Amino acid sequence: MLKRVHFGPSWLPFALVAPQIIITVVFFIWPASQALYQSLLVEDPFGLKTEFVWFDNFIELFGDEHYLGAFQRTIFFSFSVAFLSMTFALTLAAMADRVIKGATTYRTFLIWPYAVAPVVSGALWVFMFDPTLGIFTYTLGALGYEWNHKLNGGEAMFLVIIASAWKQVAYNFLFFLAAMQSIPKSLIEAAAIDGAGPTRRFFSIILPLISPTTFFLMVINVVFAFFETFGIVHAVTAGGPAKATEILVYKVFNDGFIGLDLGGSAAQSVILMLIVISLTVIQFRYVEKRVEY
Amino acid sequence: MVEHRPIVTFVSHLVLIFGVAIIAFPIWITFVASTHEAARMVQIPLPLLPGDQFFKNLELTLFKGLEGAGAPPVGFMMVNSLVMALMIAVGKIAISLISAFAIVYFKFPFRMGFFWMIFITLMLPVEVRILPTFEVVANLGMLNTYWGLSIPLIASATATFMFRQVFLTIPDELLEAARIDGAGPMRFFVDILIPLSRTNIAALFVILFIYGWNQYLWPLLVTTDQSMYTVVMGIKQMLEAAEQSPDWHQIMMTSLLAMLPPVFVVVFMQRLFVRGLTETEK
Repeated sequence: MLKRVHFGPSWLPFALVAPQIIITVVFFIWPASQALYQSLLVEDPFGLKTEFVWFDNFIELFGDEHYLGAFQRTIFFSFSVAFLSMTFALTLAAMADRVIKGATTYRTFLIWPYAVAPVVSGALWVFMFDPTLGIFTYTLGALGYEWNHKLNGGEAMFLVIIASAWKQVAYNFLFFLAAMQSIPKSLIEAAAIDGAGPTRRFFSIILPLISPTTFFLMVINVVFAFFETFGIVHAVTAGGPAKATEILVYKVFNDGFIGLDLGGSAAQSVILMLIVISLTVIQFRYVEKRVEY
Repeated sequence: MVEHRPIVTFVSHLVLIFGVAIIAFPIWITFVASTHEAARMVQIPLPLLPGDQFFKNLELTLFKGLEGAGAPPVGFMMVNSLVMALMIAVGKIAISLISAFAIVYFKFPFRMGFFWMIFITLMLPVEVRILPTFEVVANLGMLNTYWGLSIPLIASATATFMFRQVFLTIPDELLEAARIDGAGPMRFFVDILIPLSRTNIAALFVILFIYGWNQYLWPLLVTTDQSMYTVVMGIKQMLEAAEQSPDWHQIMMTSLLAMLPPVFVVVFMQRLFVRGLTETEK
């Protein structure tokens, strides 16, 4: 942690950490403790009276079918996004790892959706699936399927999953490719000499060797889908139709800023914080045990 | 390549090209939509090939904006986005550099306490504490200012960690040598540490610029004044207006403009970008 050779105590280090500590306290620790405190309060709709209710907000949340519904949806949504974008990225990375010529060119074409803001990604997909004008709506219509994600909850969910997964492919591809390229060529060659074909090598050697990366990406993708997809949901469906795409982050925003249920929203924030903390802990524990070849 | 299998190689290329096509298709459609006039964009089926209205739409969107959407011209919003993204990127790098320097190179009371306070921010993304953070910013009178847009997003454990890691790899002899030459802490920091971490700073800048530019929820909350709108949140306003009058040619032009700076950064600084991503692990 500390350098063996270092500077002695003075006022300087305090001045150096001060900006970051002040911002952290004012914009992170204070608001987070406020959320913690508010989650134990109930306020009447006019903000005139507040009452300390201990864990009633939490008990209420877990008895609320809307909240439990949002929880289930978020889990379904995150794992769908993670699965879809990771499988797609893994396939492409396996192919790019094989072709030596042009691997960088393919990489250039595959990574840039990372730079697209979630809400922009939402705008692109909602345009292509617009119920009256969209290009895919038209194609599906020609095939005899009537698409309208503004009425059909399943289709709306499908659309937000696609829009989120599309954006995540870039990130996953980059990490899968880097992991595959770090596998020693001698291992692959040895397997080839033993008569293992490309498919066999992929499943018996490459896939097990990149499993740490797969696990790391799994966590990252779930975190992304849990917390960074607000823009996509807001742009594509605004949680609708009939709450079919209302995920947890969206519900916190909706209950807090639109519904003005401060206690309930704060309790939801606290639950989300616990989820982030546990995911971060999982990620860190794993990072320490990273497999090196 | 391990063995010569032309057919497998051919199939690999085919799959890759197919993958690139799937990834690029939405962008192509966006580009096509931005090159047609309004009248063409309401006829079904929509075009798959570009038209000739690109520059006209570009001028219209950049300088006039979408009328009736309640958003200022896109050129104006892009300036706001740029200011916000730069403030976030530069601010994060600056405060992380100095705090990592203090934590690695100084022995002082509460050193570990400070370290853990910074570490905690890693676990609290904006999304989970929006309401109380919004209240703090409102009480400080920072709504509708560039400060309100950027400062709450500036504290970052990731950047501090990365610089800490970089500083730990720098040999102790450098500090000893600098001391013998009579350099104080700040001289050592400016003349030795910063030049040595130049590439890391650049890589981090790329990642943070994209992060700042793409912020959505936070600008949506702290700006109510049109003159402070950023382009990424402007798109949402336009989508809402699209329910009544679908001006898709302008909306898609705006989307194109909104993704242009970060995509440009990723493609042209690819090596730095990849390095930044893998080092910070986001």
